[in-house]
Amino acid sequence: MPKCRRILFGSVTTWDIDMTQMTMITAIQNAHDVAMARDENVVVFGEDVGYFGGVFRCTAGLQQKYGSARCFDAPISELGIVGAGVGMAAYGLKPVIEVQFADYMYPAYDQIVSEAARMRYRSGGEFTCPMVVRMPTGGGIWGGQTHSQSPEALFTHVSGLKTVIPSNPRDAKGLLLAAIADPDPVVFLEPKRLYNGPFDGYHDRPVQPWKKHPLGEVDPDYYEIPLGTAAVAREGRDLSIVTYGTMVHVAQAAAEATGIDAEVIDLRTLIPLDTETVMASVQKTGRCLVLHEATLTSGFGAELAAQIQSECFYHLEAPVLRVAGWDTPYPHAQEWAYFPGPDRVGRNMKKLMEA
Amino acid sequence: MTETPPLSLKVPQPEFRPGDTPDFSGIEIPAAGSVRRPDVDEPADGMRDLAFTIIRVLDDQGNAVGDWADSLSDDEIARGLRDMMTLRIYDSRMMTAQRQGKTSFYMQHLGEEAISCAFQRALHKGDMNFPTYRQAGLLIASGYPLETMMCQIFSNEADPLHGRQLPVMYSSKDHGFFTISGNLATQYIQAVGWSMASAIKGDTKIAVSWIGDGSTSESDFHAALVFASTYTAPVVLNVVNNQWAISTFQGLARGGSHTFAARGHGFGIPSLRVDGNDYLAVHAAAKWATERARRNLGPTLIEHVTYRAGGHSSSDDPSAYRPKSESEIWPLGDPIDRLKTHLIVKGLWSEDRHKQASAEITDMVIECQKRAESIGTLNSGHVPSPRDMFEDVYAEMPPHLVRQRHDVGY
Repeated sequence: MPKCRRILFGSVTTWDIDMTQMTMITAIQNAHDVAMARDENVVVFGEDVGYFGGVFRCTAGLQQKYGSARCFDAPISELGIVGAGVGMAAYGLKPVIEVQFADYMYPAYDQIVSEAARMRYRSGGEFTCPMVVRMPTGGGIWGGQTHSQSPEALFTHVSGLKTVIPSNPRDAKGLLLAAIADPDPVVFLEPKRLYNGPFDGYHDRPVQPWKKHPLGEVDPDYYEIPLGTAAVAREGRDLSIVTYGTMVHVAQAAAEATGIDAEVIDLRTLIPLDTETVMASVQKTGRCLVLHEATLTSGFGAELAAQIQSECFYHLEAPVLRVAGWDTPYPHAQEWAYFPGPDRVGRNMKKLMEA
Repeated sequence: MTETPPLSLKVPQPEFRPGDTPDFSGIEIPAAGSVRRPDVDEPADGMRDLAFTIIRVLDDQGNAVGDWADSLSDDEIARGLRDMMTLRIYDSRMMTAQRQGKTSFYMQHLGEEAISCAFQRALHKGDMNFPTYRQAGLLIASGYPLETMMCQIFSNEADPLHGRQLPVMYSSKDHGFFTISGNLATQYIQAVGWSMASAIKGDTKIAVSWIGDGSTSESDFHAALVFASTYTAPVVLNVVNNQWAISTFQGLARGGSHTFAARGHGFGIPSLRVDGNDYLAVHAAAKWATERARRNLGPTLIEHVTYRAGGHSSSDDPSAYRPKSESEIWPLGDPIDRLKTHLIVKGLWSEDRHKQASAEITDMVIECQKRAESIGTLNSGHVPSPRDMFEDVYAEMPPHLVRQRHDVGY
């Protein structure tokens, strides 16, 4: 284990602890492990998560370690999984649920929107729903239209939910532990293309593993990264790219490729949104590109663009630009024409600089 | 190749529509006391017949007969009558209050009082009901203050839900009454999850789920049965078949199945069909099913056969879709009349005492109503502050909601 001292999130916090190399998968698995060891109310269930340890291996070994009453397989019913989780959370447990792909979430949407999100409100605080619903999100894995979607805007539009999307192993663990500790329901979207490495959008180049990336070094003990705090993934002066998930890495690659000194803001949490970090960056650079993989129209980028123009209007040198997935279902063979990779992002960065 | 005639779509229709003379003589009503009471640990396969009959305790003369009788003491039965009378009088006052504009909406229980009032008596402190909007008897039978219920109806400053919920969507953790969603069926699976949590924790509490005949069509119902069956969850799954879901007759949800109770069979869940207008039968079935849950024997499905004698809600006019006389000739009678007759037959009650009790309860309800109305009604202006609108969305108010609250001036 390397000793590691590093500056985090642009603050002066330093790490002086034994760090372990982890992928996003092992970091998430480790977060479950640490949470279950710490709090016996944490229960983990979903399709294939028990004996097998999940199709992406994020719950591997948990049933063997904590028993089948705390980590178990569920019938193939997302409605049933989330609905049962709502009841368990109301009882006083801390369900950490896996929906196998975010694309499978729709049968459970009513339970998330009308039940989990509103329980505290409608009962005057008498019943609450402290639950985490994890879902692998996004494309880049040849998953076609039913294994590639990015439905985050369907959650950010709902009062009472928190929505989190990490972009690296260290954040994934700290954010997941914060989500588990949170008293309200949290939708935790895991960019599946980042599970095994910091994918920068160059699909035809060799895969980079997390072990070569500084944020693949993870503290094996308990730590939280507070929900509602963004990170500056790359400091820059020319323009701000406000983004999250896989696109954090694509944005950095585009900055390197174009030579445009972009500041890349990794939101990490969409709701609550760290507007302070976003606005400070845009007010500094005067140009802003909002970037996400999800479809453009009514995407979370629209919310960001609206807030940024309203808060930063007099600092802006150019209109806020959005780069996103096209307004089509996620295609299979045309995946890389759909995916907003570094070339498309770079073109728009140049356009923004010329505006 | 044999020629077959063209296909045609079959859409089920109720037997009687407005203007028709209803006739329920085709409904098979077994004699009271005729249905056996199996041991609670009997395998589900051995009691499939109980999903195709009707468990009844009170006969036409008011006697309690058969294996399912004697689950309650005389005092408890007298209290049961009082609970049902209280619910009916409360309903009547609140329906009137709605017509007077003191609230926006109301839903009454007319004809269905026995089900929630009797079921609650089989529960223990700590158990949790996941009710629909037509089980307020659970609250009344558990001693929840009527005045607080009325404050919720009036959305006044003492409404524990701060005016956020539609009237009748009560919530009381202390009284084992889960916050009513207002969405149909969503809570059926939550009760299963709640009961699984009790089992995971090694506690002794059980959950009770409630749904109407119409919303058994929702996927939530089927997911709940899968989960309850798979995990042998300590839950009782109630289906209140009151024949009508607004204008949708029960046949539209039941489809080709003979009864709603039979839905349990595909999941291996023991299933009872009970006379929902018979307080003693409902209680006996509830006691049997809750004992199964407490002994970790798993879920039970109970179909309560009843009739929604009133409208679906204060916004509904059932004369537009069913004959008015249906409720009068409903073959299972009126739950209050039947329990009253039983107590009279037993020499514990009389018509005079009934009238007197009715007057006393009415006075008590009016007193509660006066106190609740003195705090405020929806049209009196004494409603919770808009500030309350922003509370409890999250445990801690995030900055964007603080900004929006400031925008409204709070």
